[in-house]
Amino acid sequence: MKLNKAFDKSLWVFHVNAASCNGCDIEIVAALTPRYDVERFGIKLVGTPRHADVLLVTGPVNRQMADRVRRIYEQTPGPKAVLLCGNCGATSGVYYDSYCIEGPFDEFIKKVDPNAIIVYVPGCPVRPEAITMGVVEAWKQLEVLRGEAK
Amino acid sequence: MAHAPPYPLMIGPIHPALKEPTMFKFTMEGERVLDVDIQPGFNHRGVEYLGMKRNPLQVLHLAERVCGICSGAHQYVFCRAVEHAANITPSVRGDYLRVLVAELERIHSHLLWAGVAGHELGFDSILHYTWKVREDVQDILEIICGNRVNYSYYIFGGVRRDVTPEQVEKARKIFAKYRKLEDTILDIFLTDPTISHRVQDVGVLTKENALKLSACGPLTRGAGVKKDVRFSWPYGSYGDMMDDFKVVTPESLGYKATGDIFSQVVVRLVELFEAIRMCEWVLDNLPSGPITSEPNLSALLMAKLRMAEGEGVARVEAPRGEDIHYVRLKKNKMELDSWKIRVPTYGNIMSWLTMFKDAQIADIPIIIASIDPCIGCMDRVTLVDSGTGRERDVDWAVLHDLSVKRSRGLMP
Repeated sequence: MKLNKAFDKSLWVFHVNAASCNGCDIEIVAALTPRYDVERFGIKLVGTPRHADVLLVTGPVNRQMADRVRRIYEQTPGPKAVLLCGNCGATSGVYYDSYCIEGPFDEFIKKVDPNAIIVYVPGCPVRPEAITMGVVEAWKQLEVLRGEAK
Repeated sequence: MAHAPPYPLMIGPIHPALKEPTMFKFTMEGERVLDVDIQPGFNHRGVEYLGMKRNPLQVLHLAERVCGICSGAHQYVFCRAVEHAANITPSVRGDYLRVLVAELERIHSHLLWAGVAGHELGFDSILHYTWKVREDVQDILEIICGNRVNYSYYIFGGVRRDVTPEQVEKARKIFAKYRKLEDTILDIFLTDPTISHRVQDVGVLTKENALKLSACGPLTRGAGVKKDVRFSWPYGSYGDMMDDFKVVTPESLGYKATGDIFSQVVVRLVELFEAIRMCEWVLDNLPSGPITSEPNLSALLMAKLRMAEGEGVARVEAPRGEDIHYVRLKKNKMELDSWKIRVPTYGNIMSWLTMFKDAQIADIPIIIASIDPCIGCMDRVTLVDSGTGRERDVDWAVLHDLSVKRSRGLMP
């Protein structure tokens, strides 16, 4: 990864569980803990979306969570990226034909913000290595955005 | 202050102390919890409904996605329920291998819990230490099943893959490593003053309440109730293991079963190392033979499952407690006719009501984490009036009324 002029801070991530089955969520924690240890790159899980650069979203969006997820997305300050962990975010996964699913997260969030930056990390569940790679991808995209803003 | 106590305090559905969306409405007086109301339903995905649109082989993969942490347990119990309904007897070697993976899952789940509990206490070194240790069991699971989290190991009649001698050798090395760590891990959790001060006499669930509220799993065993499906209703190879293993309670390690969070820590840690010994026992006593009694999947699906008629119920001791699946199959129908899941957390959340009484605000995260909640498993259905969009509660009187009406309707 080439660090450009805009690279000035480490990425902080906020984890949003939009009705996930926990499979991806435990792999996210695995990615943060010593075997994979993304914290060594300054990537940190934070407690509020207002401190975050990247939203880690797991699971399909169900009706109960839809409004909450939208509000969390709006509370995150820009420039921001969304990292969709797992197949559910892209296709709703095995729950695609359920009555309570609002739709895959990417379609849902495009309605809120058509220019949303979305990084897909497929897998059911995602592997910690794939999450690390996805964060790097989000990093690159955010660097470009920040470079344009300066 | 403008308002007099008690004060409401809302936690959730998205909150740093919660790993999954659920909501708590606390009534507080100062720092003290007076009452709590739990509002689940944020993680509802309609799994049971989806099961009724798919055939049993497809539902196998849906069953393990009820919950990512106890995915093996859900697949295991679903297999057993369908086997019960369709009269399939699993092969002996398959039964033993099923128990091997179920116990490996218990190791990973209890280590996960220990880490999360440490994190909720503000002791992040423990989170990182236990999750580092946990990666080794994830390695065994990956070697044996091919995936770290959703194993897809179980199938009607047995298991999908056999273990090879090389895999067994690798697994044994890791078990030996764990047994070396046993003293260290017990020492960290049971003698460290930081942990004992925070968990002793906190979140007490008495034996009476545990029985009254039908709690299950390590939570009740911490309160001194010897309730464990593996021993009271043996399945798989557990029947053959009864002589070597006993139900784990805090008394196994010489502690009193007080029902506080410390007792649960003791139970989960002892069970963790018991599970390692169980895995070794299974590898030592693994019988030869086929891994599944139904090697031909299309014959199984088209002949046996499609023609089966009847109901099946099965119970399995998941890492969090008793997991029950009910399945009904109809003749000439590919899809499940009915599917009901009763997960351990569903039995356990009511215990929160008594555990939170008189607790401090600072103890809320550890009490929430202590029962090892799995909301992803639990959120089955909320009754919503489609006309008004209003949710309604169904209490005992309403249910009784409905039942009486239904009986009257059946009578001529």
